[in-house]
Amino acid sequence: MEPCTRVTGVLAPLDRANVDTDQIIPKQFLKRIERSGYGPFLFYDWRRAGNFILDQPAYRGAAVLVTGANFGCGSSREHAAWSLLDAGFRAVIAPSYGDIFKSNSFRSGLLPVELPESQVAELIRLATEKPGMEITVDLTSQHIRAGGFETAFATDPFYRECLLNGWDEVALTLRQEGEIARYESTRPAWLPISR
Amino acid sequence: MTKTIAQKIWDQHVVVAGEGEPDLLYVDLHLVHEVTSPQAFESLRLANRPVRRPDLTIATMDHDVPTRGGRPAADEIAERQMSALESNCRREGIALYGMGHARQGIVHVIGPELGLTQPGLLIVCGDSHTSTHGAFGALAFGIGTSEVEHVLATQCLRQRRPKTMAVTVEGALPLGVTAKDVALGIIARIGVDGGRGHVIEYRGSTIRELSMEGRMTVCNMTIEAGARAGMVAPDETTFAYVKGRPHAPADQRWDEAIRQWKTLATDADAQFDQEVSIDATRLEPYVTWGTNPGQSVPVSGSVPNPASETDERALTYMALEPGTAMEAIAIDRVFIGSCTNARLEDLRLAATVVRGHSVHPKVRAMVVPGSVSVKRQAEAEGLDAVFRQAGFEWRDAGCSMCLGMNPDILGPGERCASTSNRNFEGRQGSGGRTHLVSPPMAAAAAIAGHLVDVREFSNVPSPSGGG
Repeated sequence: MEPCTRVTGVLAPLDRANVDTDQIIPKQFLKRIERSGYGPFLFYDWRRAGNFILDQPAYRGAAVLVTGANFGCGSSREHAAWSLLDAGFRAVIAPSYGDIFKSNSFRSGLLPVELPESQVAELIRLATEKPGMEITVDLTSQHIRAGGFETAFATDPFYRECLLNGWDEVALTLRQEGEIARYESTRPAWLPISR
Repeated sequence: MTKTIAQKIWDQHVVVAGEGEPDLLYVDLHLVHEVTSPQAFESLRLANRPVRRPDLTIATMDHDVPTRGGRPAADEIAERQMSALESNCRREGIALYGMGHARQGIVHVIGPELGLTQPGLLIVCGDSHTSTHGAFGALAFGIGTSEVEHVLATQCLRQRRPKTMAVTVEGALPLGVTAKDVALGIIARIGVDGGRGHVIEYRGSTIRELSMEGRMTVCNMTIEAGARAGMVAPDETTFAYVKGRPHAPADQRWDEAIRQWKTLATDADAQFDQEVSIDATRLEPYVTWGTNPGQSVPVSGSVPNPASETDERALTYMALEPGTAMEAIAIDRVFIGSCTNARLEDLRLAATVVRGHSVHPKVRAMVVPGSVSVKRQAEAEGLDAVFRQAGFEWRDAGCSMCLGMNPDILGPGERCASTSNRNFEGRQGSGGRTHLVSPPMAAAAAIAGHLVDVREFSNVPSPSGGG
């Protein structure tokens, strides 16, 4: 995973709540067996319908998305986080996230920032009124700055460390081989096996 | 200290307690399918890491599979994804229930059928509807592909302890009201993000009276309320379902298992972070009108006035006018299937309504059994004949039009009464419009040609079971 320490770039607004992962990346693009190449299909149906806000020239190449509550609800497809990353986003700001999407984001190098509704509304207003406005999301200091807007934010300390360092979580866990083997030796014999 | 079932199972699976970090949990059963696993296997291969416990892992093909014609699938990319799963399973020694296997089916249907889904287990799968397995008193939740890779490599998962929510449903279900309506009623009440960060425990007399199929339907829809896991304390209904299945413990091991399973109840004075009570006697058959599963009304109601921008967007997408009676909404398609409602009991409930009727001439209706086993059992009971004679298509097992990754999709503007779990924009096909309903309600809509109250039919199935 690429480390994520500080993101500076254009802030793009998507003023909708409950954006599900089917909207972020529709199912017909889940048949690929690679982790990359999903960017062109991000918000595919909304883009195809025309007049989609993220297609306005000022938001092209945006690095941070600010959006409504419960972003990424629904399907567990990690392709949602991959498609945002592939399209150039490195952070999302929302009042809340679908649990699985948030977990997927941390694990694939996309920073999900949670801010109160009022601050998210303020950022959406700023990004809409000043298209192309830059924002800096600093994970090291857990601080956001965009024009006159400033705020601190909190991140899960474990996933913050993972993101800052680009840690491979599998490698971290494999260091605990002793504990895993010890736990395994205590599992009852009647537990099911698959063959 | 008193604990809920979720807390008990969690504590039993802690390999390393986090102390400020997430806990490292041991996974008893890892279910794998073709869509969310190829990148995980590929990363392992590149890092030269083996699958730690192939014997605690099973794989099936369900999301992509064509429901007629078999393989090779006409869709070359889907075919490549299925082939990738085959070679990954072969290389790693993982049991695969692929297309053509007598036990193939939707991952959340075959786990229980095989007896692999058991009380007290920690079960994960790269699919959000893994919550289904919680019906057995297992702690089961969906994960992403990075976590799939982590579980394949370590058989463990790092997780923060979730909060707990009790949803208590009391009373006898009225005629024509099924487990699906219980689920939709709960989501209507708590909202599509009401369960976020929580494990829900379903309790109360209504839940106790449900069959395992019905409990699976309720737990399946948990994710649609935003909670990752939903569960029901195991009881005699659970034990009777598991007993004798291919992977269930037998003989002395059965007795040991039962002793353990009987401890899986929430302690009398355990505290939940949130509690919700539902009066089952006031539930009705529900129909969604919008583009998320919380946007529903009883079928006797009408399309509501929009209360938010989200509602307005939904009404525009669904091409519905506020005030329209739900029963006045004509449909083009009916889908009876999915991990929510494609088990034998669901098909029986739908067939009860269909018997002696015909599908409306303007409607194209299909039944997609949840597994090959369900299909065979339904055929043995003659349910396939009931559906076929009425004009339904009788297909092979798979996820099918629940998410439209195979050729079973809605055309733009087509309107569908569906027993699946998500009415998101484009979920069943770009531009398609989905109304979530129970199996008897879907069957009734197929006959009437519009959304209709199944209670107006002469042969309303009794609500004892699921659906």
